[in-house]
Amino acid sequence: MSQKAKEDRYQAHDYYNVDALLSDEHKMARDAVRDWVKKEVSPIIEDYANRHECPVYLMKGLGEIGAFGPSLPAKYGGGGMDETAYGIIMQELERGDSGIRSMASVQGSLVMYPIYRYGSEEQRMKYLPKLATGELIGCFGLTEPNHGSDPGSMETRVVDDGDAYILNGAKMWITNSPVADIAVVWARREDGRIIGVIVEKGMEGFSAPEIHGKWSLRASVTGELVFDNVRVPKENVLPEALGLKAPLSCLSKARYGIAWGALGAAMDCYDSALRYSQERIQFGKPIGQFQLTQKKLAEMITDITKAQLLVWRLGALADAGKASAAQISMAKRDVVDMALRIAREARQIHGGMGITGEYPIMRHMMNLESVVTYEGTHDIHLLITGMDITGFNAFK
Amino acid sequence: MKLLVCISQTPDTTANISFKDNDTAFNPDGVQFIMNPYDEWYALVRALELKEAVGGTVTVLNVGPSTNDAVIRKGLAIGADDAVRIDAEAVSADFVAFQIAEYAKDKGYDAIFMGKETIDFNGAIVPSMVAEYLDLPFVSQAQHMDVEGNTATLKRDIEGGVEVLSVDFPFVISAAKDLAEQRIPSMKGIMMSRRKPLNVVPAVDFVNPVEVVHFAKPPAKSEVKMIDPDNMDELVNLLHNEAKVI
Repeated sequence: MSQKAKEDRYQAHDYYNVDALLSDEHKMARDAVRDWVKKEVSPIIEDYANRHECPVYLMKGLGEIGAFGPSLPAKYGGGGMDETAYGIIMQELERGDSGIRSMASVQGSLVMYPIYRYGSEEQRMKYLPKLATGELIGCFGLTEPNHGSDPGSMETRVVDDGDAYILNGAKMWITNSPVADIAVVWARREDGRIIGVIVEKGMEGFSAPEIHGKWSLRASVTGELVFDNVRVPKENVLPEALGLKAPLSCLSKARYGIAWGALGAAMDCYDSALRYSQERIQFGKPIGQFQLTQKKLAEMITDITKAQLLVWRLGALADAGKASAAQISMAKRDVVDMALRIAREARQIHGGMGITGEYPIMRHMMNLESVVTYEGTHDIHLLITGMDITGFNAFK
Repeated sequence: MKLLVCISQTPDTTANISFKDNDTAFNPDGVQFIMNPYDEWYALVRALELKEAVGGTVTVLNVGPSTNDAVIRKGLAIGADDAVRIDAEAVSADFVAFQIAEYAKDKGYDAIFMGKETIDFNGAIVPSMVAEYLDLPFVSQAQHMDVEGNTATLKRDIEGGVEVLSVDFPFVISAAKDLAEQRIPSMKGIMMSRRKPLNVVPAVDFVNPVEVVHFAKPPAKSEVKMIDPDNMDELVNLLHNEAKVI
């Protein structure tokens, strides 16, 4: 196929003029990240995904545009923006690639947020400004090899040793871990309570091997965290975090960004499918003239429009500090599910070309298979909504 | 240095163009607007680079109604220190050039930057008219600029080569591709843009010497005619009599 097919010709679609609900700052942030993705991500992402390699150098650029912790106060290197702006940034990053959005989600929501929310002022000043610029890369350790959906049963332990804790255990499926300078790690204390500690690269007994052979998020680096009698000074404990609620609150932040992000992937798939349907000629006419193609496209833009309104409303609730964990859970589940369906339909519209790297479809589809599983699986999120509406806990 | 950058608002390059008022005016309904890329990517960024190198201030100026404020804020988000909007519809190049010159004439700017043209009307005459009104040297379509003391050395493409020019400050410069590299505003810049001053000043009276009589779109492209490779006579006939290109 020609070079033309690889060119990023993305145009956003806004069937219900949702733009009118956004502020000038929101739109400027959206356009800035869209420009950045077209300039920095689109030209290289297929090659990196093909090679199963993470473009780690983009962390600096993400820091420069302010994609890390944009809603944190400027004092700590954040942008002082609202949650809607954060969502819009995630949407535009994932329009490029879920792996790039994951890098930013983890850094902002799972590393900077817990340090900001649960850390001491010294910890904030020590880590946040450098994390905001991308000078430091962070990761978040909650999931374990034997405990994914059930993090409350975690086996990673800390034992009091005077001015430090001795950390033992292992974490799994950790975005950014092999390249991270610090890890926010959740572990059980001797009294059974869960605490958060900041583990720094180079601490004796700490390693972060990479997980190879992923068929999803291939341009994002994923690994393990292994702790073999790691001595973590008590000054690295997040003083305000006690109990599973602390890491779960971080996941809510990240899930919020994922709901917006998956919408970006869906919009990219739809945009590509619409253009292809107008350009691909079969039986003497564009395939967009065929009723079955139009049905697919009409359903896609309808689903996208509903998701745009859902995340916009969720953003407004979050800006007012009123978005519940259950509301965020619903949006994460439904938008990712929608995005996967759209990716599959878009793949069909692209015919054979849809399985190639000339178009972004297959990459988005494979990425979304991780996104539908991480940060709470589709099924677990159904149970969260189920529990919220019935009052019955189906987890136990 | 005290630098002024004139920025225009233009339709997005993907916008569908239509006209109103009996085809005498551009119809902005449903059109997405952007900052004119020559102003944003080259003129503004080169002015910011100059300020970063030698100190000073960068002011962005736009002639237009309050609906242009979003584009002006983008100029502030990219790094300008303050902004001025001359509150009037930009009805013609003559009008815009006169307004810019009237505003700038007693402000003591060391240089006035603008893009070589806007991507809507493509007149490319405002920069030279501003220079003429202000009686300043003018360098058009600059692609490279070095500054040493009070002198700028500029390069511009000419037919078959490159022209190198030297000019002392103050002067007017119109920016072409390659003068600088696009800067994407950061989230911090976007938030700071809200707090930077945007001063609105009234337009001065001006009688337009030129009137737009009519706008028209280019004729629709005709269908492709396929000609048998063996029928060269027919090809020559059509190129000569119908396309009138040979």
